Amino acid sequence: MRQKIKPVEAALAAAGALNVVEMYKKALTIRYFEEKVDWLFGRGKLGGTTHLCIGQEAVPVGVASALRADDYMVSTHRGHGHLIAKGGEPARIFAELLGKSEGYCKGRGGTQHLCVMGLNFLGTNGITGGGIPIATGAGLSIKLSGDDRVAVCFFGEGASNQGTFHESLNMASVWKLPVVYVCENNMYAMSTRFARISASDDVAARAGAYGIEAAIVDGMDALKVAELAGKVVGRVRAGGGPALIEAKTYRFCGHSKSDPRTYRTREEEEMWKGKDPIKRLAAAAAEFIPGSEIEGIKRGVLAMIEDAYDAAEKGSDSSTDAALDGVYAKREDIVPQGNIQSA
Amino acid sequence: MGKMNIVQAVQEALRLEMERDGDVVVLGEDVGRDGGVFRVTEGLFERFGPERVIDTPLSEIGIVGAAVGMAAYGIKPVVEIQFMGFIYAGLEQIFSHASRIRSRSRGRFTCPLVVRAPYGIGIKAPELHSESSEAFFCHMPGVKVVVPSTPYNAKGLLTSAIRDPNPVVFLEPARLYRSIKGEVPDGEYSIPLGKASVYQEGVDFTVVAWGTMLHRAADAAEGFDCEIIDLMTLKPFDEETVLGSVKKTGRLVVVHEATMNLGLGAEVAALAAGEAIEYLKGPVIRVAGPEAVVPMARLEDDYMPGVERIKRAYEKVMRY
Repeated sequence: MRQKIKPVEAALAAAGALNVVEMYKKALTIRYFEEKVDWLFGRGKLGGTTHLCIGQEAVPVGVASALRADDYMVSTHRGHGHLIAKGGEPARIFAELLGKSEGYCKGRGGTQHLCVMGLNFLGTNGITGGGIPIATGAGLSIKLSGDDRVAVCFFGEGASNQGTFHESLNMASVWKLPVVYVCENNMYAMSTRFARISASDDVAARAGAYGIEAAIVDGMDALKVAELAGKVVGRVRAGGGPALIEAKTYRFCGHSKSDPRTYRTREEEEMWKGKDPIKRLAAAAAEFIPGSEIEGIKRGVLAMIEDAYDAAEKGSDSSTDAALDGVYAKREDIVPQGNIQSA
Repeated sequence: MGKMNIVQAVQEALRLEMERDGDVVVLGEDVGRDGGVFRVTEGLFERFGPERVIDTPLSEIGIVGAAVGMAAYGIKPVVEIQFMGFIYAGLEQIFSHASRIRSRSRGRFTCPLVVRAPYGIGIKAPELHSESSEAFFCHMPGVKVVVPSTPYNAKGLLTSAIRDPNPVVFLEPARLYRSIKGEVPDGEYSIPLGKASVYQEGVDFTVVAWGTMLHRAADAAEGFDCEIIDLMTLKPFDEETVLGSVKKTGRLVVVHEATMNLGLGAEVAALAAGEAIEYLKGPVIRVAGPEAVVPMARLEDDYMPGVERIKRAYEKVMRY
């Protein structure tokens, strides 16, 4: 069944969405979650690799503030923040990263293959640009269903050099799909600076070729992102066709766990750290609540993350049998997501 | 002669071939200044400059396709794809174009292209970072597929792959990159494509393996008198060496990491059935990955054929 949120909840969500304090809490949740993941890697409790979004929190938090629970979201390889912003529970994400059966994908997907259908979160993605056509298709499914949801598609500036980006924008424009493409431009595709490998200075400029309206926003400022997202999502939801938001942002850590960051200077990093979106949100929240409450929020979120990790760690290990199961669906597994409304 | 790992051996083969032949060019994502995800191309950018070590945009179809065009017009591109799971966007250019240019142009064009990618389980990441889809490429007429298993053969095989006038997919087992070291001669040498190597001689049964699985198959062989063949070139594979060994031992086990269904093991088994059935004392046994995507790190070893599973296959084949 398609998830429909009740009007009362929607109203509450809308009121909460513009709440600076709530956005601060959400951003802090992402930051502390990622820092915990980093810590776990450092101690060998997590293996393989992961891509942290520390420094980029303002984008998912700002964009999600404009979304409804029934809107779709498609994420990237750097996707923990997107899922948390969409309502993902840190404990279940930790469980997934740890390979526990309580994880959102029963501990089979891990960091790059996180998918939560109950939250309309169509997945993080191990392939750069792999999610862009999927979001486009989600948009088409919404259009065919005749309702007013939107699909939000996160991707990095590096992915805008993939064919999938260009093919998707073309389709979305031709078919006037309710898709908001959100580019998190953190300037580096792994080690390679955007300008070295791209024929346009901004990703936003590319949208023009497909007749798609685009705007650039300071991706280190959650309030500015939220303000723009509110306008853009509203227009797309009203049937105005696709849009693109380019948020200029910066990842404070390396691309992945094996990145020595030789391609950028420490001075550049310090300059960007001066724009820390968490500090900016804290300052904004301090306009509404006393400093002691800010400190209380910090302690509360930190404790919540620690509790979430502890709970996840106590979970049961995903079994081999489980990993081998679920490759093919059975007929009864089909979940109707939408119904095409005949004209 | 010096000891090195597979990363160093591949790097040395690239460097020597680039020194020997000014038409050899390396391209891929982060291969230049950064030296690549696994640091295989480290130092090449400084040595040969940006025109021969090219940092590309994130665009696998564009990278492979551009390499096809370069190869058709006389350059010898060596493409690096960051992980085998990222190759699929470029598959179209390999299958639809690189593999066919020779035949399509009625022999007027060649396509001397190498596509390198780390492959297989090994870095504790599920799914797309641990793929073993070598069989896809083996199924393409016109494409050669090579998997080294040691630093020595990595260097010699890559040298041959670069010199080969055909498209070659060169798959480097990620798990072995830095985990084994071996003697590698100084200077250039080549190991011919299409020739297998007898890794260990024996009489009771034949084991065919490649890449990471070669080492597991050898570890499992303790206490058995078996002949282990390192296939090295998967397409075209060395039928003569495999058949010679099977005719000698009368038993065959094939071990691979990829899913069993339509894996290369089926082709090796069919060869034995077609050409040496009268020598076989029992069924050909395949040890392979299950029909599932590679799971999370903790379950990696359950997914991947391990020494115990391979041993059980050896015991089974010896019951005949």
